[in-house]
Formats: sequence, C-alpha cells, structure tokens
Amino acid sequence: MKGQRGKSGPTQSQSLMRVLIIGPLVVSLLLAACQGGGGQPTSTSSGGTIRLNGAGATFPFPLYSRWFDEYAKITDVQVNYQSIGSGGGIRQITEGTVDFGASDGIMTEEQIKAAEKARGSILHIPSIMGAVAVSYNLPGIPSGQLKLTPDILADIYLKKITSWNDPRIAQTNPGLPNIKVAVVHRSDGSGTTYIFTNYLSKVSPEWKEKVGNATAVSWPGDIGGQGNEGVAGLLRQTPGAIGYVELAYAKQNKMPWAALRNAAGNFIEPSLTATSLAAQGVPLPDDMKIMITNPTNPQAYPIVGFTWILAYQKQTHQTKGKALVDMLWWAIHDGQKYAPPLDYAPLPEDAVRKGEAQIRSITYNGQPLWQR
Amino acid sequence: MRQALIKEQAQTPGKWWRRWLRWPASSGDWVFQTLTLLAALCLVGLLVAMALYLLAEAWPSVTLFGPAFLTSTAWDPVRGVFGALPAVYGTLATSAIAMIVAVPLSMGVAIFLAELAPDWLRAPASFLVEMLAAIPSVVLGLWGLFVMVPLIRDPVEQWLGGNLGFIPLFQGPPFGVGFLAGGLILTVMSLPLITAVARDSILAVPNSQREAMLALGATHWETISRAVLPYARSGIIAGVILGLGRALGETMAVTMVIGNGYQVTLQLFAPANTMASKIATEFNEASGDVYIGALVELALVLFAVTLVVNIIGRLLVYWTVSDTSTRGQ
Repeated sequence: MKGQRGKSGPTQSQSLMRVLIIGPLVVSLLLAACQGGGGQPTSTSSGGTIRLNGAGATFPFPLYSRWFDEYAKITDVQVNYQSIGSGGGIRQITEGTVDFGASDGIMTEEQIKAAEKARGSILHIPSIMGAVAVSYNLPGIPSGQLKLTPDILADIYLKKITSWNDPRIAQTNPGLPNIKVAVVHRSDGSGTTYIFTNYLSKVSPEWKEKVGNATAVSWPGDIGGQGNEGVAGLLRQTPGAIGYVELAYAKQNKMPWAALRNAAGNFIEPSLTATSLAAQGVPLPDDMKIMITNPTNPQAYPIVGFTWILAYQKQTHQTKGKALVDMLWWAIHDGQKYAPPLDYAPLPEDAVRKGEAQIRSITYNGQPLWQR
Repeated sequence: MRQALIKEQAQTPGKWWRRWLRWPASSGDWVFQTLTLLAALCLVGLLVAMALYLLAEAWPSVTLFGPAFLTSTAWDPVRGVFGALPAVYGTLATSAIAMIVAVPLSMGVAIFLAELAPDWLRAPASFLVEMLAAIPSVVLGLWGLFVMVPLIRDPVEQWLGGNLGFIPLFQGPPFGVGFLAGGLILTVMSLPLITAVARDSILAVPNSQREAMLALGATHWETISRAVLPYARSGIIAGVILGLGRALGETMAVTMVIGNGYQVTLQLFAPANTMASKIATEFNEASGDVYIGALVELALVLFAVTLVVNIIGRLLVYWTVSDTSTRGQ
C-alpha cells in the first residue's frame, strides 16, 4: 500500500484486493469448517508420565487448569484440557478423541445414544457447582436490594414487563424509576444460558412453551452480548438493563446482583454457600443427570447447576483408565478446596457421595478400576 | 525474448496441454511450469474441497429446510427450526451502511492525501491511515463497545429518535448497539483499505493528464474531478470492493457491537446479527446435526454472497475500464 506517484497502479491494487478479500473469507470459513478438528489423538504414556486428554466446557476452565497443575505436582499424571465448549466436549468424547469430556449441560437423549452406540455407557460425574447471577443497571439501587420473584424475572425476559416501575415489580421494590427495561442475554451458545433458561423453563410454563431450554435460544428480546464480558459491558452502559452472568464473573467485577425468591419463598442473594446448598438435603439421582435449578432447600440460591466430567464406564486402557479414576476421585475430594478462591462452589456432601459411587462403577475388563 | 516465446506458444497448434507437454525448451522451464501449475491447482483444489466439505456438513440442514432456509426468519435451536434471512439481511445492511459512510469519506481522504496535502503532512497521514487497517478487529470491537456505542446511544440515537423519529429508520428504543453501530464499526474497518487503494490509484494517474488539464485553464477542482478521478476510476472501484469484502466477512468487531438480535427491520437502532457473527458466536456450543448443519449452511450462504459481490465488483471494474478505453479511441 506504499504508493509512490506513478509506480503502483490499479493492477497492483487489484491483486492486493484479491488477497485481502479472499483472506477474511477463508478465515471465516475455516472457522466454520474446523468443527471436530483440534482433537489430539489420544496420546499414551511416555517415560513414566501418563497423559490424559480432556476437552469441553469453558465455564470451569480456570478451576480445571488449576486442578491439573496441582495434580501434576503430586502425581505423574499430566492432564491436557482444552476448553472448546460443552458441545465440542460432547462431540469429542463421543468420537473417542479424548479421555474425558466436560459439559455444563446434560447430554441429550440423542447424544447419549450416539455415545453408547460407540463406546458404551457414559457417566456424568459432577465436578463443581456454579451459579448464575442476575445483574442490572439501576442507578441508586445497591447490590442485593433488587428483589425479584421467578414470575417477574420470566415475564421481564418474555418482554411482558417492559418498565421498571411496573406495579408487579413495585410490590417487592417500591419506588423504582420509570425507565424501560433493556433485556440483555448471551449471544454465544453457553452453559450459562443453559442453566438460566433451564431455570426460567421450570418457573414459567409460558417460557417453557414459547422459548425453552438450550445453550442458545430464540430470545424474545432485546440485545445479546458476546461472553460474560460482553453482557457486563452492555449492562454497565445501558440504563435500565438487566442481564445474567456467571457468579464468579459478577463477583470478580463487583457487579450488582438481584436477590431471587427461591422455591421456599426466601429472597436469596447469590453466594458460594447458597449455591452449594442447592444440592444439599435434596434428593439427587444416582446418575447425577439433574438440573438442580429452583431447588427446594430453603437457603439455596435458585439459578445454580453442576458442571460435569463425562467419562465412559468401560475404560479401554488399563493404565489410563486407572489414572483417570484416581484423578476424578482426587478432584471431587481434595480438589474441591481450590474452588472457593476461584469463586466456584464446592460440591456438597450429598453430591460427593453420588460422585464416588459413579467413580467406583468405572471398570476395565469387567474389573473396577478404583481400589483403596 | 519473452514476447517471442509467448508468440511461439500461441502459434503451436493443438490443445494447451499438448503444447505444454511438447514444450521442453529447457528442462528448467518445464519444471518451473509444472511447479507453478501444481501450486495453482492446489489453490483451486483447496477452494473446491472447502466448498464440498461445507456442503456435506450443511447437508442435514439443506435437505430439511430446502430453499425456505433463505426466506425464513426463525432461529430456534430448541425446536430445531432455522432460517437465514435476518443474518443475510444483517450482513448486507451493515455492509451497505459501511459503504454509504466510508466511500465518500475515504474518497475525500484519498484525494486530499494524493493531490492536496502539503508534503510534510502526506507521509505521516498516510501512515496513520495504514495503521488503522492494522488494528486487530477484537480491539476495534472493544473500542466500539465501550467508546463508540455509548456515543451512538446518546447523543446520536437520542437526537435522531427525538427529531427525526417520524422516519421509520430512526424509530425504536436507542440501545446503542444494533445495525447502526455494526455499520459504523465496519466503516472504521473498511475506510483505511478503500483510502489506501484509492490514493494509490490517484497517485498512479500520469502527471501529463493533470498538466494537460491545467494547461487548458482548468481549476484544481476541475482537474481532479474531470481528469484524475475518471482515470483512476477502476482502481477506486477495486478499492471499494476490497472494503466491501472486508465488511461482509468481518466477524469479531461486528459481533461485539451489533446487539445480536435476530430480525429483519428497517429500524437502524434495532439489535441485529450478521452471518459471520452468528456462526462465530454459536458454533462452539452447537449440538445436533441440524443445528450445526444450519450454521454451516449459513457459511455456505456467506460464501455465495461474497462470491456474487466479488463478481459484480469485477464486472464493474471491467466495464469502467472498457468504457474508458473506448472513449479514449
């Protein structure tokens, strides 16, 4: 582009044009085409070190990378975890390109069938809990002072309540200003959206029927932000905005959050304790395939969920299977202490017991791999 | 020498490949020719492979929705119903906004830099324009979200909505993010490309053209508008196509400021989406053959739209060039 008078002409510009037009196109297409790629072939042990490969959810990635760092210090197992997203993790474990997957959502019937057909029964082992905070931009309303009921939250997201001084909001929050509600959601597919829409589907039949529960849905309105930081950015600069972000992100960025009325009728602010309580003292299924949103524990925060590690019940490699089982056991016990400093909620006692039972059920050649 | 070779090649009877086989003028030439041919085939092969792969991946969606994919406005991963129209519309609308703002602006900059700027300003100003092209799009996107969008919401959208709100374009709540913000961030991105190419083209106009005009007693403005710009026209159009290409394919910066709604509307302030940003935002967590298929089909549509725009651009350049040459005779 360094043109000297009379030197470079249209022809040079045209060839430049070709390169520059095709360049971005190729990149955007490759981006679309590279699904399923990026999976390293399952590597085997070398020189005494056992390598495990995992891929999946981005939400627990900071904790997982801490875990695997710490774990490599005390054992000779090196875990390589790629945070490619829950959907990608499910695809990779189904194709058998990784030793374990990770997901913020439960695999669908269809996905479980595909995995079972390929490599047998697949386990959902809970690793940690997370919460979704509802944040807002209302000048003069400090964090925790906005009190929302499930039906109000659902109707705000359904665009049926459009102003902050709506009489229904005023019942629990008198004196809110007359500004329009700007509804902010995640634009990228995410486990956060999965948990949030799962909650709305549970508390609002209308939401369940019109919108539903998935990592990305057809939103009734208004604006979408890319990632937690995108939502946070929109919230910060749009007066009257309401949105949802991961609790960890909200805490670290000191975002104001709403107290939500839980199933027992108490208004609860999101916290690590209130998150863990959601899975304590409530019935949990043995396979742990449960969305724990809107729990019955009276002190629990309602928009919470597990994130899971996905592993096959029948391992095909003895050393690696053993290493995986030991690592999982460590993760749900000793590993839990690394969670609170990183703003993740540790598994409560009840969930750990269920996880233990699942880890015990992992076998190689019909023999359980967990021994102590 | 080269002329003679080409002449000989052209005169040799038979198909081109026979000429190529029968052309051992020297073995070095033959090796060189073969290597370049392979390189060329590689590129074509890559393109074809990519298109075929996209088509194969998109097949579940192509067979399920058929042509209705292009006209449907639904995008509902829960029910597995997908349509591309709002994304196609978003891509075209934001690119159109970008071109409407960027083309006159960059023409002004290019003419100033090439014809009017004092010498001491020319180099630094050109450098700055080129620097603008080098900013990574995610950085531009962040700047857009935190600096440009608040300004667009207030005062720009507030003012437009308040004073020109009777025009459908300026109706709707002023979120800041939306078609307008997406279009403007694309303006910033395509501006340096159009400017650089247009400036080069203007610089490439022979001085004799200017001197002839000035000798006839033309003013500076007349020289530029009657002699320089028509001469540089094909290069300028090429620059516009280049900018448009960037606008159509841009992903990250647009995603951050466009608001990610999914609708076809005339309202400039409404949150929207483009094909590229839809693919980039949803691909990671997409699951199920149809959902992934629909996203890949979106990529195919983007591929086709870019191709069509490129072809139109080529034809424009071709027509203007032949137009100039016939007038010259």
